[in-house]
Amino acid sequence: MKKSVFFGALAATTLVSGLAAAATLDDIKARGELICGSNTGLTGFGAPDASGNWSGFDVDLCRAVAAVVLGDATKVKFVPTTGETRFTALQSGEVDLLVRNSTWTFSRDSELALDFVAVNYYDGQGFMVKKDLGVSSAKELDGATVCIQTGTTTELNLADFFKQNNISYQPVTVADDSEAQRQYLAGACDAYTTDASGLAASRATMPDADTHIILPEIISKEPLGPVVRHGDSAWGDVVRWTYYALLVAEEKGVTSANVEEVATSTADEEVKRLLGVSGDMGAKMGLDNDAFKRAIAAVGNYGEIFSRNIGEGTAINLARGLNALWTQGGLQYAPPFR
Amino acid sequence: MAMATDVPKNGFRLSMLVYDTRYRSYTIQLVVLVLFAMAVAWLLNNTVQNLEARGKEFNFGFLWQRAGYDIGQQLIPYNNDDNHFRALLVGLANTLVVAFWGCIFATVLGVIIGVLRLSKNWLVGRLMTVYVEIFRNVPLLLWILLTYVILSEITPAPNAFRLTDEMIAAGTAPAAEMMFFDSVAVTNRGTNIPAPLFERGLGSVDLGFMTLNLTFLAIVAVIAGSVYVNRRILASARATQEATGDRPVTWWKSILVLFAPVLLLFVMLGFHLEVPTLKGFNFSGGILVAHPFTAMVIALSLYTAAFIAEIVRAGIQAISRGQSEAAFALGLRPGRTMNLIILPQALRVIIPPLISQYLNLTKNTSLGIAVSYLDLRGTLGGITLNQTGRELECMLLMMLIYLSISLSISALMNMYNNSVQLKAR
Repeated sequence: MKKSVFFGALAATTLVSGLAAAATLDDIKARGELICGSNTGLTGFGAPDASGNWSGFDVDLCRAVAAVVLGDATKVKFVPTTGETRFTALQSGEVDLLVRNSTWTFSRDSELALDFVAVNYYDGQGFMVKKDLGVSSAKELDGATVCIQTGTTTELNLADFFKQNNISYQPVTVADDSEAQRQYLAGACDAYTTDASGLAASRATMPDADTHIILPEIISKEPLGPVVRHGDSAWGDVVRWTYYALLVAEEKGVTSANVEEVATSTADEEVKRLLGVSGDMGAKMGLDNDAFKRAIAAVGNYGEIFSRNIGEGTAINLARGLNALWTQGGLQYAPPFR
Repeated sequence: MAMATDVPKNGFRLSMLVYDTRYRSYTIQLVVLVLFAMAVAWLLNNTVQNLEARGKEFNFGFLWQRAGYDIGQQLIPYNNDDNHFRALLVGLANTLVVAFWGCIFATVLGVIIGVLRLSKNWLVGRLMTVYVEIFRNVPLLLWILLTYVILSEITPAPNAFRLTDEMIAAGTAPAAEMMFFDSVAVTNRGTNIPAPLFERGLGSVDLGFMTLNLTFLAIVAVIAGSVYVNRRILASARATQEATGDRPVTWWKSILVLFAPVLLLFVMLGFHLEVPTLKGFNFSGGILVAHPFTAMVIALSLYTAAFIAEIVRAGIQAISRGQSEAAFALGLRPGRTMNLIILPQALRVIIPPLISQYLNLTKNTSLGIAVSYLDLRGTLGGITLNQTGRELECMLLMMLIYLSISLSISALMNMYNNSVQLKAR
């Protein structure tokens, strides 16, 4: 009797945990909150302000997903993760979704059993040094001490870059961006290397931003994007199409300001489907039909998110570059919304 | 007689497993064993199922893949083309070297402080009490961070050592200068010390998995030989003293035997020091003792020394006062009383808890990650784990290695303990 209860409980637990792994979307709806793995604090991409409100480029994507799934962009709980802990947090189900400047690589996609659903920022690894060091190229960094975040792809690129150029360096491994900044500013390392966007974000928060330069070399491709667990394609689709909806919105000129007006007046069939005026795109994913409209109303389209958080005019001051829409000569390209 | 035969010889009944005290303990133990086995089976089953659910398999093949990352401090040759196993060994060596120096410094410091804490000098005694209480009651991680921040914040950047043309023209000196006849440079990254080099080294032998440095082996062999010969000299002096009452003068023999062969070997090998020089961004040449290492050794030693001091104090106080009174009555001075009478007896009490402290110190080296010290936790449990995504394998391997280190230390110390225990004949 006792034994059968034990095994019964065991079977039930296994079943429940098995289901939980499969239907993230239902879990979130039942919970009424999206748990989003974020950076521990990278200005412009994802950082809490003094009163604990998160904001940033990656954070806005989390908010868009919350708006799509729950109808409320504020129902997001942000869990700060370091380069070391992020994938474990996602795999173990601690977070539903990871939007945290994570590079899409072969081994992460295959061996780590993760799914990168899209690329929300095309980046590359760069170097930042102090101006008075008198260095103008990364190839002049022979013998330098370099701060590098551990558990990242940049760590491996760095080793490869110095080897290919036949120069040496001394690595100083740090856990996250804030520690890297502290070490770099204290002079414990000559150069700080990470994704170029991360460097720009770091520099923006430094007290004497113009005394640091980002070297021209970009030594790698770093496609950054949202990550979900492998094996729950339905949930992956929700995140992917939330992101593409924001891209399509920019392409079609739908903004947070005019979304209501466009919804009533547009003659464009794709925009109608996007905003849930016609068709049943949302319903096909187990969402409300106007789910994507809510996301656009809450955080704006991709271009708005970009220019509000990291674009030219902000402290981080990144040009659209590769991240311009395909119609503007960039790489950001959404599949047709039909 | 009749009474004894009257005892009914009832057969064994199942209810006796619960109500009969003779069998009840077996029943309980059996139930506990079954529950325990079920718990273990459930854990294993759960792990296997979860791994399957995530499409992961359990194997250690990743250890032979290219690591691809660099490590700051390497005691054995390593570059990013080596495999993860090699990186593991580098990390293990880093762990062991910190633990080794930490144990030595902590012991020396702990014994001194423990003895001084019992000093009759009020000020000395109180100062040591303050030391012990401060270090015992603040977490180790804070000490490590504090030491590291102090080391890296108060020392100058390598740039400060640079002597530019303008400085020569203006006749000013650089902001920072090297110490000890321009041979040691302390920067905010580490301490650059001269490296011993041999012009006519003996080379090395490649054993496949590691290389043997013959020069180093030769030096160790010569020193070991010298020490052995010196011990023979002392033993023969003691024998002469016991036979005749006169102790022959041995100090010049000892000095000759201990130092002359090594010096001769050094001269033969062409010993010279390579002084670090400022080149490019950093000092090159010499040996760089990085601050994370220094901070770890200092903080671990100071912290563990506080505990060892308490153990030493307890050991000394465990020896009856009569022992020292008797020694004083024989005319022995306090110093000799401590060295010859009290400490040898106190060791018996001191060593068992001392083993625990060594184990603690060794395990605490895993905090090195806080100051970017790439020990076993930093390489295998940090970067390798992250780059390969093999959490379970890395963690199990790490636990196994720490367990082996701890058991080895324990075994060695127990051997020593047995050798100093009171021999009851």
